[in-house]
Amino acid sequence: MSQHIIDFLGVYKEYDGVEVLSNINLYIRQNEFLTLLGPSGCGKTTLLRIIAGFEEPTRGDVRLFGESIKGIPPYKRRVNTVFQKYALFPHLNVFDNIAFGLKLKKMKKSVIEKKVGDMLKLVGLSGYGDRDIAKLSGGQQQRVAIARALVNEPEVLLLDEPLGALDLKFRQEMQLELKRMQKTLGITFVYVTHDQEEALTMSDAIAVIDGGVIQQIGTPEQIYNEPKNSFVADFIGESNIISGNMKRDYLVHFADNDFTCLDRGFNENEPVKVVIRPEDINITKNIADDMITGTVSSTLFMGVHYEIRVHGDNGFEWLVHSTEFFEAGNRVGFTLEPDDIHVMEVSQYDKMRVDGVPEAVK
Amino acid sequence: MKVKLFLKRFYLAVILIFMYLPIGALIVFSFNESKSMAKWTGFSLHWYEQLLQDPSIAEAVWVTVSIAMIASLAATFIGTLAAVGMDNFRKKSKNIMVNFTYIPMVNAEIVTGISLLLLFIFFNIPRGYWTMLLAHITFDIPFVIFSVLPKLRQMDPGTYEAALDMGARPAYAVRKVILPQIAPGIVTGFLLAFTMSFDDFMISFFTSQGATQNLSTYIYSMARVGINPMINALSAIMFIVVIMLLLVINLRSVKRTKKMPRVGSFR
Repeated sequence: MSQHIIDFLGVYKEYDGVEVLSNINLYIRQNEFLTLLGPSGCGKTTLLRIIAGFEEPTRGDVRLFGESIKGIPPYKRRVNTVFQKYALFPHLNVFDNIAFGLKLKKMKKSVIEKKVGDMLKLVGLSGYGDRDIAKLSGGQQQRVAIARALVNEPEVLLLDEPLGALDLKFRQEMQLELKRMQKTLGITFVYVTHDQEEALTMSDAIAVIDGGVIQQIGTPEQIYNEPKNSFVADFIGESNIISGNMKRDYLVHFADNDFTCLDRGFNENEPVKVVIRPEDINITKNIADDMITGTVSSTLFMGVHYEIRVHGDNGFEWLVHSTEFFEAGNRVGFTLEPDDIHVMEVSQYDKMRVDGVPEAVK
Repeated sequence: MKVKLFLKRFYLAVILIFMYLPIGALIVFSFNESKSMAKWTGFSLHWYEQLLQDPSIAEAVWVTVSIAMIASLAATFIGTLAAVGMDNFRKKSKNIMVNFTYIPMVNAEIVTGISLLLLFIFFNIPRGYWTMLLAHITFDIPFVIFSVLPKLRQMDPGTYEAALDMGARPAYAVRKVILPQIAPGIVTGFLLAFTMSFDDFMISFFTSQGATQNLSTYIYSMARVGINPMINALSAIMFIVVIMLLLVINLRSVKRTKKMPRVGSFR
């Protein structure tokens, strides 16, 4: 489980002098499901295309099984891609699309038929071999694209926002199915998405990217519970990010109050950012003395919960998720437990740009 | 309301008569028994028979068909490669190239003809079959480019990368993935080029300088001597051939738009 399959060593990518990837250091372990997560234009697709061989790094090295793959064309790499818009061959039927790579390897017809048949079964499209690509639904095309890539038994499967075009219900189904395939086949998946929920659901590890820089690498739990900077905190789910300062170890001051927290190792009175997840705030109408208080300014029904905005008496706007209904104008209060509070360095974002080498997974 | 409808139909009829009456008369009189161009004396295939027996006409037919064939094949090859190259340009240089390609198509034929003639004179190439062929290839190329470019634009460029991704070398990917997808455009381009070449007069006239004659220039030289109903018969045949070719091209494009592939779109 621990062998590195891909290593990025100080990779930079520039287009016409504009840097789109900056000092990428990242390793991907065998049989891992790694997600590259970030907003559009952050460089995550470029990273994927470098692994596939469609782009070459401007500087730095990329290694597959410890050997540099610089200059090796895409058709000689043991990786396959599921493209964002599927890129199926419209002039070929489902069978011939999937068999394309196998025919190139000059396999026997009977072997090809067996392999394609197995793949169709895996993606739940048995009996669809003769269909025209244009006559398939988006979801079915998606499955053909996955089958076409997997049939070549790649060391690494690259997926570029493969579920982007599907509707919500179907997307969730496919998320589970992809995860199942990855586990049963034992193939390393590198998955690109801008959807944080998707990333949290499927991944063994997530690399959050913004502005061509890896902001944080970690397990979904680490990324969600201990975001390294305000970008990660903000991008992974909604959060309240408040400026404060660290009085001493385990004591942070923000929103006009001192709070006990679980963080230490900061300088005395160092300015910090505090992250509090909206679902960690439990508001109540029974206000006690030691509570932070405020007035509900708006309530929005979101399906699973209500999204409530509370105008704090100390001037801060709180975002709260609650299954209970509160009306605008209600006076409410809440307390914060130490494990609800997560303290981040203010300068971390900028510092990372300079240092460049973030801590790798675990 | 009825008057309005009548006027509409009347207007259409008048326009169609203006456009097709001369050709209609030409075809009708090609079956006339006598030499008269004004008086109908009876049905006859006499002029068509004479046409078949005339060796200089057979020569002109051979020149026309062979030049149209070779020129359109060469232009299809060059034009397709050019289109693929242009499609990979960046937007700005692509636009410039597209406009440069467009100019020869809208340029007055006489200008193209004379400038090609001057070029051949400048390089001291004797005018005849080969200069006519070179000229035809030249003016055919844009027609192929403009038939192939839209097909390339419709194509998902990802399919080429997908082929490489699955282990195809670039040449194989072009042959098995790009060519099949743009084939309809290539065939249309070939047919268009053939049609343009088949009935060309102006450029053929200047670039061969009478040394070699295709049907158009032959008819012209015949007409200078005196109008002969054989010209009617010959023109009627040319008209029918061109109409058939255009019909094929248009029917193909109608069929295409009816069953457009919708790869990648959801439902």
